[in-house]
Amino acid sequence: MTATLVTYDDALARYEPVLGLETHVELGTVTKMFCGCPTVFGAEPNSAVCPVCLGLPGSLPVASRAAIEYTIRIGLALNCSIATWCRFARKNYFYPDMPKDFQISQYDEPLCTDGWLDVTVEGQVFRIGIERVHLEEDTGKSLHVGGATGRIHGADHSLVDYNRSGIPLVEVVTKPVPGTGALAPDVARAYVTELRELLRALGVSDVRMEEGSLRCDVNTSVAPAGLPWGTRTETKNVNSLRSVERAVRFEIQRQAAVLDSGGRIVQETRHFQEDSGTTTAGRSKEEAQDYRYFPEPDLVPVAPSREWVEELRAALPELPAARRVRLQAQWGLSDLDMDALRNAGALEMVEQTVAAGAAPADARKWWLGELARRANEDGTELAALPVTPAQVARVAALVSDGTLNDKLARQVLSFVLAGEGEPEQIVAARGLAVVSDDGALTAAVDEAIAANPDVAAKIRDGKVAAAGALVGAVMKATRGQADAGRARELILERLR
Amino acid sequence: MASTGTPAELTGMTAAQLAAAIAGGEVSAVEVATAHLDRITAVEPQVHAFLHVAADGALAAARAVDERRAAGEPLGPLAGVPLALKDVLTTSDMPTTCGSRILEGWQPPYDATITRRLREAGVVLLGKTNMDEFAMGSSTENSAFGPSRNPWDLSRVPGGSSGGSSAAVTAYEAPLGIGTDTGGSIRQPGAVCGIVGVKPTYGGSSRYGLVAFASSLDTPGPLARTVLDAALLHEVISGHDPCDSTSVDAPVPPVVAAARQADVAGLRIGVVSELSGEGYQPGVLARFGEAVDLLESLGAKVIEVSCPHFTYALPAYYLIAPSEASSNLARFDAMRYGLRTGDDGTRSAEEVMALTRAAGFGAEVKRRIMLGTYALSSGYYDAYYGKAQQVRTLICRDFDAAFEQVDVLVSPTTPTTAFRIGERADDPMAMYLADLCTIPSDLAGNAALSVPCGLAPEDGLPVGLQVMAPVLGDDRMYRVGAALEAALEQRWGGPLLAQAPPLIGPAPGSAAPGGTAADGGIGR
Amino acid sequence: MPITRDEVAHLARLSRLALSEDELSHFAGQLDGIISAVARVQEVAAEGIPPMTHAVPVVNVFRDDVEVPCLPQQAVLSQAPATEQGRFRVPRILEED
Repeated sequence: MTATLVTYDDALARYEPVLGLETHVELGTVTKMFCGCPTVFGAEPNSAVCPVCLGLPGSLPVASRAAIEYTIRIGLALNCSIATWCRFARKNYFYPDMPKDFQISQYDEPLCTDGWLDVTVEGQVFRIGIERVHLEEDTGKSLHVGGATGRIHGADHSLVDYNRSGIPLVEVVTKPVPGTGALAPDVARAYVTELRELLRALGVSDVRMEEGSLRCDVNTSVAPAGLPWGTRTETKNVNSLRSVERAVRFEIQRQAAVLDSGGRIVQETRHFQEDSGTTTAGRSKEEAQDYRYFPEPDLVPVAPSREWVEELRAALPELPAARRVRLQAQWGLSDLDMDALRNAGALEMVEQTVAAGAAPADARKWWLGELARRANEDGTELAALPVTPAQVARVAALVSDGTLNDKLARQVLSFVLAGEGEPEQIVAARGLAVVSDDGALTAAVDEAIAANPDVAAKIRDGKVAAAGALVGAVMKATRGQADAGRARELILERLR
Repeated sequence: MASTGTPAELTGMTAAQLAAAIAGGEVSAVEVATAHLDRITAVEPQVHAFLHVAADGALAAARAVDERRAAGEPLGPLAGVPLALKDVLTTSDMPTTCGSRILEGWQPPYDATITRRLREAGVVLLGKTNMDEFAMGSSTENSAFGPSRNPWDLSRVPGGSSGGSSAAVTAYEAPLGIGTDTGGSIRQPGAVCGIVGVKPTYGGSSRYGLVAFASSLDTPGPLARTVLDAALLHEVISGHDPCDSTSVDAPVPPVVAAARQADVAGLRIGVVSELSGEGYQPGVLARFGEAVDLLESLGAKVIEVSCPHFTYALPAYYLIAPSEASSNLARFDAMRYGLRTGDDGTRSAEEVMALTRAAGFGAEVKRRIMLGTYALSSGYYDAYYGKAQQVRTLICRDFDAAFEQVDVLVSPTTPTTAFRIGERADDPMAMYLADLCTIPSDLAGNAALSVPCGLAPEDGLPVGLQVMAPVLGDDRMYRVGAALEAALEQRWGGPLLAQAPPLIGPAPGSAAPGGTAADGGIGR
Repeated sequence: MPITRDEVAHLARLSRLALSEDELSHFAGQLDGIISAVARVQEVAAEGIPPMTHAVPVVNVFRDDVEVPCLPQQAVLSQAPATEQGRFRVPRILEED
C-alpha cells in the first residue's frame, strides 16, 4: 500500500509535530562489554568471540570498567544526573542474533538520567531534554541468504556472525521534543549532529553511521495545534544524518495524511527506506512484546561513588559547543562562516592547521575550498584525506612567502594527496616554485609581445588593461609558474 | 613402588587416606584410578550414576600425578584422588549434557573454573554424573538419560538433582563427588544416600562454567563419605574467581582445620522450630532428635530458635528459581549448539526454536520455564517475583536474628528418607517438598551441610542432619559436622555406610563383574 | 485466579515451546496447582521490605579493558547444527527485531 501524503507545508499548517530520538552508540573500548574479546569491525566472521559473548552454557559476564566510565562521561557531558546505585537487567526475547536470547541492558535504573543538549537551528536554540543514558550489549549480525538482495523478507535462511555480539552499546534517549514546528526535521538532524560531535570529542566512539557504530531510531507524532500529543511511531534503520531529516519529514507528511482522511495513527515500529525516502510498517506482531525484565543476577550492582564521578567530570575535555564559541571568537568568524566550517566537518582540521602556524582565514580557505572539493570527489571525509593539517599549514606558508601562488599551491596539495611527500620536497622535485627571476621571465615576455602585436599596440596606445592578455600568455608559457605581478611589470616596462 | 591394598580396599578408602597413600608412595594414582574404574564397571549397571566415564582421561591424569610425584614435585592434598563430576559443569574433554536431550553430545570448548581447579590440584576426573535435567528435581528421575538408583535400595531415588554424584560416592565408585545446590541439590541427595553433602556460602565456589539453573542461588560444592574429605574438596574448589562477578573476594574459611578440630564444646546450636512437625517422617525426627541430644552431650548449648518466614521459603523459591531459569534456558534455541529439530527448509527460525525446545526439554523443565515466564510477565511481576524477593529479604533477616543468638542452626536435611522411583514423578508439588528444609539457606546464600545421623527405623534408610552457618562461616558447620560424625561412628562402631547392603556385581545379562578396567566405553 | 489453558498456550508461545494439545491441558492443571501454592508469598506483610536480588551484597565488580584470546573459529562452529561461510546457518527469520 502506497501511503498518500500531504505536502510538508500543508501538514505543518494544521499539525504540530513532536519528536523523540533514541540513539545507539557502539563504544570504542578495546574489549567488549562483558568479556575480553576485541571490538573489531570487519574481521573474519565468528573470530572475535568467546564463551561469554557466544552465550555458551555456563559462561558469565563481567562488566567492563571502561564501558561504565565512558557512559558516565557521556552522561556528564549531557548534563545528566549519575545514578548512585543501579543494576543491569535482562531483556528477554528470542532472536537468532542474540546468543543468550536475552539482552543484558538497563531497565528502570539507568546509569544517567535527566540531562539536556542544546542545538541551534537557523539561529534558534532548542534545548533537547535527555531522558536517560544507559548501557547494554550489542547483538550479532545476520546475513539473509536467498530472496531479494539480502533483505530479511523472502530470504531462504540466514547466516549469523557473533563478532559484534557483546560490544558495549550506549543508548541515549531524549525526552519528547515539542515546539519545533516546521523545523522538526532540521532539529532532529541538528541533534544527531551535535550528539555525534560530542561523542567524538569525548573519544568514546568512532560514531560512524555508515558502519553502524551510531544508529538512530526516530519517534514522530503529530497532533492538531493546541491538542494533546498524538500517537507516535518509531522509525528504525535511519542510518545517516540526511536520513534522520528525511524520515521525520516523511512521517509528518504521512501521519498528517492519515489524520486528514479520518484515520488513526497506530503505535508501531516503521522502517526507513533509504532508496525511496519513505517509511514502511514492520510486520505487525500477534501479541504485544513482553520483555519480562528482571535484575541481572549474574552481575552485581554498579554504585559510582561521588569521588569517582567527580574524577571523571574533571577529566572531561572541552565540549564542542564551548569549543566552537572559543574558536569563533579567536578566528573572528561570522556565524555563517562558522556554520559552514561545522557542516563541512572542517572545524577540527582548521583548528589543527591554525595550531600548525597558518592564518585562520588561510586554513579555512584551503579546507573549505580545494580540500573539500577533493573529499567530495573521492566520496570521503576531510579527516580521511591523506593530508595532515601541518602539511596544509606548510602550503599556506609557502603561498604567504611568495614561493607558491594559489594555482601552484593547489598542484602541490594534489601531489601531497597522491603521496609524493612533504610540500617542500614536491616544490623542489617538481620545480613548482613561482618564477619571479627577471632573466627567465624576460624571454617569455618578449615572446608574448612578439606573438601578440595587436595587443602590444593597444598597450602602447595607453590601454594598460589589455596587459592582462599578455600576462595570461606568459603564464601559459611558463605553465603557471610565473610571478604574475612581476610579469605584468615587465610587460608594461617594455611597452611604455 | 610397592602396591598395598586390594582394589576393594582402595575403593573403600577415604580421599584423605588415598591422597596420603599416593603421596607416600604406598600406591600409585594409576592403581587408585584403575580400582575405581573397575568398581564403576561392576556396579554401574545397577546404580547408573554416570552419564560419561572417561577411563582414558582418568588414567592419563593419574599417570601425570605419578610422574609429578616421581619427579619430586610437591603434590596437593587431593592429588591422585578420583572424583565424579556433575554433568552441569563444563569440561573441554568430555561432553556436558545437564541430563538433557537438548544438549546431548555437546562438547564445550572450555573448562569450568571448578573443573580447572580440580585438574590443577591433580584430582582425577572419572567422568560426568547423572542429574535431574538442568538440575531441576530431587530424584534424578528428570534426567533424559534415565534415573540413577540409591545404593541403599535400588528401587529408590538417590536424591537430586546431584543424584548421580551422591550415588557414585555412596556406591564406592568415587570417594569424592561434585554437586551443585540451588534448592538443596547437594544436601538432599547427600542425606538420602547417607553421605556428607555441602553447600558452601554462595559465591564461595565459582559458577563460571556451571550451566545456570538459577543464577542467584546456584552453588557448587562437595559430596564425600566423610566430613574431612568434604572439607579437603571444599578448599580445593573454593576461592575468588574473576570470571564470576558474584564470586566472593575473601579468604576461604578454614574448613579443613575446622573438620580436624571436630569440637562443639561451648558452641551454641539453634534448633529451627519451623523445620519440624507435620509432614516429617517419624524416624527422621527421631534420629534428628537423638543427634541433637548427642551434640548437647558433647558440650554444645542447644536452644530452640524460631525463623518465622522459613515457611514461605518454598513458595518464594518456586518463583525465584523458575523465573531465573526461564531466562537462563532461553539460549537453548537450536541455533548455535545442541539439538535442532524440524528444520525442513520451510520452517522459520521461530518455529524451529519452538519445536526443538518442545522436543529437547522434559516435562519438569517445561513446567518451570512456563512458571518463571508467568512470574516475570508484566502485570504479574510485583505480585509474584517481586514479592518472592521481599520474602527472600525476610528469610535473610530471620537468619541474621538467629545467628545473633546461636553459632549454627540445625534441622533435618529432608522431611523424609529416599522415596521410591516413580512415586512422585508426576506430582510436582510432592516432589518439591523434598527441599523444604534446604531452601532457606539457598535463598539467604549462607553455608549449610548435611551429615548422616542414622537410619530411620521404619525403612532402614539414611537420615541427614543439616547444619546451617552464617555467610562465610562455613568452618563452623564443619566443626559441628565432624564432631557429630565422630561421636556417631563411635556409637555405631564404624561409618554408617558400612551398614548399607553390598552391591554385588552387575545386574544379570551385563558384563562379567570384577576383573580389570575396560579402557573407555563404560557407561557411555 | 485459576490458570486457563489459553494462558498456558500464551506462556508456551512466550517461552518458545511448541506444546501439543494434551500437554497444554496437562500443564494447565499442574501450573494452576503450583501457582496457587506459590501465591502464598502474597500473604507475607512485606510493606517497605526491600527486594533481595543478590545473595552477596557486593557492588562494582569490573574487569579491565584488556584483550583476552578468543576461541578459534573452528571451535566456535564445531558444535553448530549447520554452518556456512564461517557463520551459523539458521532457518529464515520472520521479523526484524
